[in-house]
Amino acid sequence: MKWMKFRWLYFTISALVLLPGIYSLIRWGLRLSIDFVGGTILEYQFTPHKEKKQIEEVIEKLGVEIYSLQETSEGSFIFRLPPIEKEKGEEIKKQLGKELEAEVKELRFEVIGPILGKELIKKTVIAILLAAGFILFYVAWRFKDKKFGICAILAMFHDSLVVLGLFSLLGHFLKVEIDTLFVTAILTTLSFSVHDTVVVYDRIRESQKVFPSVPFEELANKAVSETMVRSLNNSLTIIFMLLALVLLGGETIRWFVTALLVGTISGTYSSPFVAVPLLVVWNNLETRYQRKK
Amino acid sequence: MKHLHRLFWLIVFLTILGGVINLPEKFRIKFFIPASKIGWKDFLIDKEFTRPISKINIKIGKFHFYRDLNPKQGIDLAGGTHLVFQADTKGIKEEDRSTAMEAVRNNIERRINLFGISETVVHTSKQGEDYRLVVEIPGVENVAQAIDLIGQTAQLDFRELPKEATVASSFGDFKPTGLTGKDLVHSRVEFDRNTGKPVVGLEFSSEGAEKFSEITKRNIGKQVAIFLDEWPLTAPVVQEEITTGKAVITGNFTIEEAKKLSIQLNAGALPVPIKVIEQRKIGASLGAESIRKSIRAGLIGLVMVILFMIGYYGYLGFLAVCGLVIYGLLTFALYKLIPVTLTLPGVAGFLLSVGMAVDANILIFERMKEEMRAGKPKHVAMELGFGRAWDSIRDANICTLITCFVLFNPFEWSFLNTSGMVRGFALTLGLGVILSLFTGIVVTRTILRIFSLKEKT
Repeated sequence: MKWMKFRWLYFTISALVLLPGIYSLIRWGLRLSIDFVGGTILEYQFTPHKEKKQIEEVIEKLGVEIYSLQETSEGSFIFRLPPIEKEKGEEIKKQLGKELEAEVKELRFEVIGPILGKELIKKTVIAILLAAGFILFYVAWRFKDKKFGICAILAMFHDSLVVLGLFSLLGHFLKVEIDTLFVTAILTTLSFSVHDTVVVYDRIRESQKVFPSVPFEELANKAVSETMVRSLNNSLTIIFMLLALVLLGGETIRWFVTALLVGTISGTYSSPFVAVPLLVVWNNLETRYQRKK
Repeated sequence: MKHLHRLFWLIVFLTILGGVINLPEKFRIKFFIPASKIGWKDFLIDKEFTRPISKINIKIGKFHFYRDLNPKQGIDLAGGTHLVFQADTKGIKEEDRSTAMEAVRNNIERRINLFGISETVVHTSKQGEDYRLVVEIPGVENVAQAIDLIGQTAQLDFRELPKEATVASSFGDFKPTGLTGKDLVHSRVEFDRNTGKPVVGLEFSSEGAEKFSEITKRNIGKQVAIFLDEWPLTAPVVQEEITTGKAVITGNFTIEEAKKLSIQLNAGALPVPIKVIEQRKIGASLGAESIRKSIRAGLIGLVMVILFMIGYYGYLGFLAVCGLVIYGLLTFALYKLIPVTLTLPGVAGFLLSVGMAVDANILIFERMKEEMRAGKPKHVAMELGFGRAWDSIRDANICTLITCFVLFNPFEWSFLNTSGMVRGFALTLGLGVILSLFTGIVVTRTILRIFSLKEKT
């Protein structure tokens, strides 16, 4: 298969996926959960069960400022509020119980300082950049060529950008918030992406040794063909797992698993269709430049 | 051949050991076939078993290894409390801040342990110019109680014996004198001019100096004890009345001990006020529903993976699944032994490592198939497949390990994460990758070799 002949098609597909996400990221950013911006989460269970509308009315009557009110599948309600004191929380609970004539059970009371989120993000970004740097050097050293390292890292950022972009869109249209678990999903995507890319690159390296005179593009085609079945099979096993979790798993981890799923699909796609074509383009430019000299 | 069989039995042994460690402490096996089904009498097994290895307790000299082998679950899976305290360090000189925080940490840890909560993680963290204290308590439902317990500032006080007593029979005999940490200005490690031994020097405020002078006057030749949070630190014998407001605690301290005591005294003397800035209470009941669903979903996913592997690779796939089962048993046994507190990001790390373990197997099998297509006999193809796949497996997994290393931050570099979920993720992923290299290369290979041997004979 002459996979690399269609490299501009792959770049176009990537661009089509990436651009809306990047646009959304610039325009709307990410919808940060209170993990990042700080605030209070309250979760109450009312006995007997109350309708969401009833609670909203009471909240309005009491003049409590809330960001959002969500009903969970278990029948409890999640309130998101600006940061409040413990005493204030108790008061809200008491008033709600009185107004709704119901027994209120507090399932959650979380106060989250905003600085922690920023700190975590900052440190994680530093960690990612550091890890990317180390991986770049390692791959460049193992493959005896810096372009392998750089292209692997580019594919890795491509995948995280896909996930980030998608969640920016999801945040804007479906009000999906990103939380600390999302950070884990991004990290998983990064690790998976590099792992997958290295396997494909390994085939190019091997063929280079055996057929030193064959043009690079052909070696790339050969490597992609040889690893296609393995890539699909491997990703399918992970996708089976994640799909089961998205469809049947608990509410609390649904978006987390969705992020993982998208990351895995993108990570699988990017190895033969981003990392390798980038390598081929780079190699062609290099040869052209050398010829001119 | 001998080597191969030895390896095989080692794997069998490890698997059984892992399996036993993974058993819950007590479990019940219930098995019932009604008489109507087998046409005889009712067949019933209903017995409670106890895990054969209830705990591990190894003592060799100074080395002490103890594990209760109960699974440790983080607050997100089992519920609990995550508290972050902000320390008000305004009143403390910049160079003393980290020592003061270290002292606060030690006190709080001791306090929680005294309270009987185990599996608590207490650590200081510095965010920019802010000093913080992170306290994680799994399974505590009552947050207010935990906050009260932790929020008290360290209390240092000096105690004396009642008039009639001359020798203390227990620390309970000491009575408070009214001289407390509030009267202490500073404590530092000093060295005795005559002996050169480290001592701990105390400096009182003027008011404290007065109190101290009186106490020492009426207790000459008797012990005066110094308590920190109801915990006796030391009980030196008073030699003479001290009016200067300065005192030294002598004792056979090493420099380390003196330093530690000085830190603790400073914490009492300069109680760093702390206040809660983050408080998370996660009721186990809330997470439980979602977790139950997810575990079920995970099992369904796992069955699908197994079916796929066996469906696509047949006999090889079946062996790989055996390898994966061994991998799972060993990994969870390791989690219990280290022990690793499992959190959701940790589980994600584990799942990813399972994916990578499957990948190693798939890579090897695809190589074997290639070699077989090239006309090599099966057992040769097998050995070649392992050899060829190794390069890519090694490089891919080392990249993952690099990421784990940076995220886990073993050297506690302050510009990287020093706490929390990112580390949990990195730890389980890293352990998983290392183990998967072992099972992918050693276990599956040995099983394959043993089986292909049988085929040949």
